[in-house]
Amino acid sequence: MSRPADARSPLLAADLSRAEIEDFLYEEAALLDEWRLDVWLALFTDDATYSVPSTDAPDADPSDTLFLIADDAASLRSRVEQLLGKTTWSENPHARTRRLLGNVRIRRTDGARAWVTANFVVYRMRSHQTATYIGRYEYVLERRQAGVRIQHRRAILDLESLRDVGKVSFIL
Amino acid sequence: MTMLRNSYVDDDARNGLFRVQRQAFLDPEVLAAERARIFDRSWLYLGHESELAEPGDFRMRELGVRRIVFVRGKDRVVRALLNSCTHRGAEVCRERSGNANSFQCFYHGWTFANDGRLIGVPGEEAYASGFSREKLALREAPRLEQYRGFYFVSFDPEIVSLPEYLAGAAEYLDLVADQSELGMEIVGGTQSYAINANWKLLVENSCDGYHAQIAHARYLKYLAASGAVGLPQGLKWNRARDLGNGHACLEYTAAWGRPIAHWVPAFGEGAAPEIEEIRAKLAARLGAERAHRIATTSRNLGIFPNLVINDIMAITVRTFHPLAPGRMNVEAWSLAPRGEVPEHRRHRLQNFLTFLGPGGFATPDDIEALESCHRGYASTGGEWNDISRDIVTPEPPITGEHQMRAFWRRWQELLAPNVASIAEGRRVAAR
Repeated sequence: MSRPADARSPLLAADLSRAEIEDFLYEEAALLDEWRLDVWLALFTDDATYSVPSTDAPDADPSDTLFLIADDAASLRSRVEQLLGKTTWSENPHARTRRLLGNVRIRRTDGARAWVTANFVVYRMRSHQTATYIGRYEYVLERRQAGVRIQHRRAILDLESLRDVGKVSFIL
Repeated sequence: MTMLRNSYVDDDARNGLFRVQRQAFLDPEVLAAERARIFDRSWLYLGHESELAEPGDFRMRELGVRRIVFVRGKDRVVRALLNSCTHRGAEVCRERSGNANSFQCFYHGWTFANDGRLIGVPGEEAYASGFSREKLALREAPRLEQYRGFYFVSFDPEIVSLPEYLAGAAEYLDLVADQSELGMEIVGGTQSYAINANWKLLVENSCDGYHAQIAHARYLKYLAASGAVGLPQGLKWNRARDLGNGHACLEYTAAWGRPIAHWVPAFGEGAAPEIEEIRAKLAARLGAERAHRIATTSRNLGIFPNLVINDIMAITVRTFHPLAPGRMNVEAWSLAPRGEVPEHRRHRLQNFLTFLGPGGFATPDDIEALESCHRGYASTGGEWNDISRDIVTPEPPITGEHQMRAFWRRWQELLAPNVASIAEGRRVAAR
């Protein structure tokens, strides 16, 4: 999974298979649970986005609606640096997380790109409390010469608010 | 059950000390007394006029245990209807927001117009002559007033008018409301979360200029890396103000970009002329001095007891209600000028998220700190917090605690216990 970071590698025009997509998502989830965030970051394209909508606007657009997280590639890079640094107090010491993905659906493919959704349950354990994040992921994946890359990753919470979980201080 | 102490605030002017008893954050009796003497006797933020654009628009709001339908009736009048059927009490509004001509209780089918009038009772012929629809309209909060589009309710029918209550805070609401000739609006999307800490910790934290360098080290590093630089010298602001009635603010210049209107590289080169244009328009409309103040200063405003309007790298409107001594619900929104061009709105929202909210680069660390404090109090109940910074400084800076003392003095004044009020606190706690 730890491929060289080369998000600029050429797009390859060949449909991603279900097996490739599922393998990729499971490996990605493992990287996050293992807090190998620098390796995880290298999976993103230069024009990538990572976002989490507000719970009362799950289908909104971050350009006109307040989200919880709406990172472009630069702010995502900073987010990862911060999470790996020592002064992100909300994640230092960092939480344990465990994510379960299922119901992987390939909604559309377009040569080298695939639009994929998957359901998730992410548990976050810290200070002897467990927070449960429930929702679905939206991905746009690209097949690059260097491997599968993420162009768009959105975690859409089914929770009606964050009251049960408090915050989204880690990568959801 | 412990009794309320004589005082939770040790205001020792002679020795330049100001301390707050940690039991003020922990005791259930304190919360019961706060509900009776503070939350039920203050003006509480309900919502913004822009959230009810059309007749029939409504938002369900939770103010502690009270659920209130903030609604614009077909007569265009805004009301605060208590969400409980006047028949047997079920909630008549079960959606978070929407547009409705009427609210029908699903239990027995009583129907209320969006102005609160009872307009439908199934099987009404079964009632005798004493039954009166007029007397069974949905109940309203005893008081509802607005200032510059910000609606507040109070459960104290005798409370002073909202402008009188706001005192010096009105000046700071004006500095926000004046940012657009078209008025301001709440942007879609609510950040709704909870913190396992006492609500007063968020009051303090929302206007704390002392913690930034340490607690928000990672945000400041991000800010520096994004190319933000200090503001041009000249008009230099750095002050904490007691605005009366427990309200307080910080007013200062900061390195972060401001959608109105301080350009930083993160906005992109293309946005620079637009920011200049916004400043020029402000100056033309309000005069150079006021425009400069609006555009240049950041302002953290605390309106007693539980409303924060921070006009910093974006404008957040944040209100919070205690559920228990160690738990509060928080709702936060983004406020922006109506008619803002889409590209600028995008910058504003991006800028908001760099710092603010439960997924931002700063708020999660504030939440962590508040929860950590609350756990610390449990370990050291009976100890005192020191809130003495800059207590004798003639013009207290934002890194002092002058603004927090303004809150705490008012808090203590309203809570000041006597025999009767301890009994009252218990009565509320027993409810």
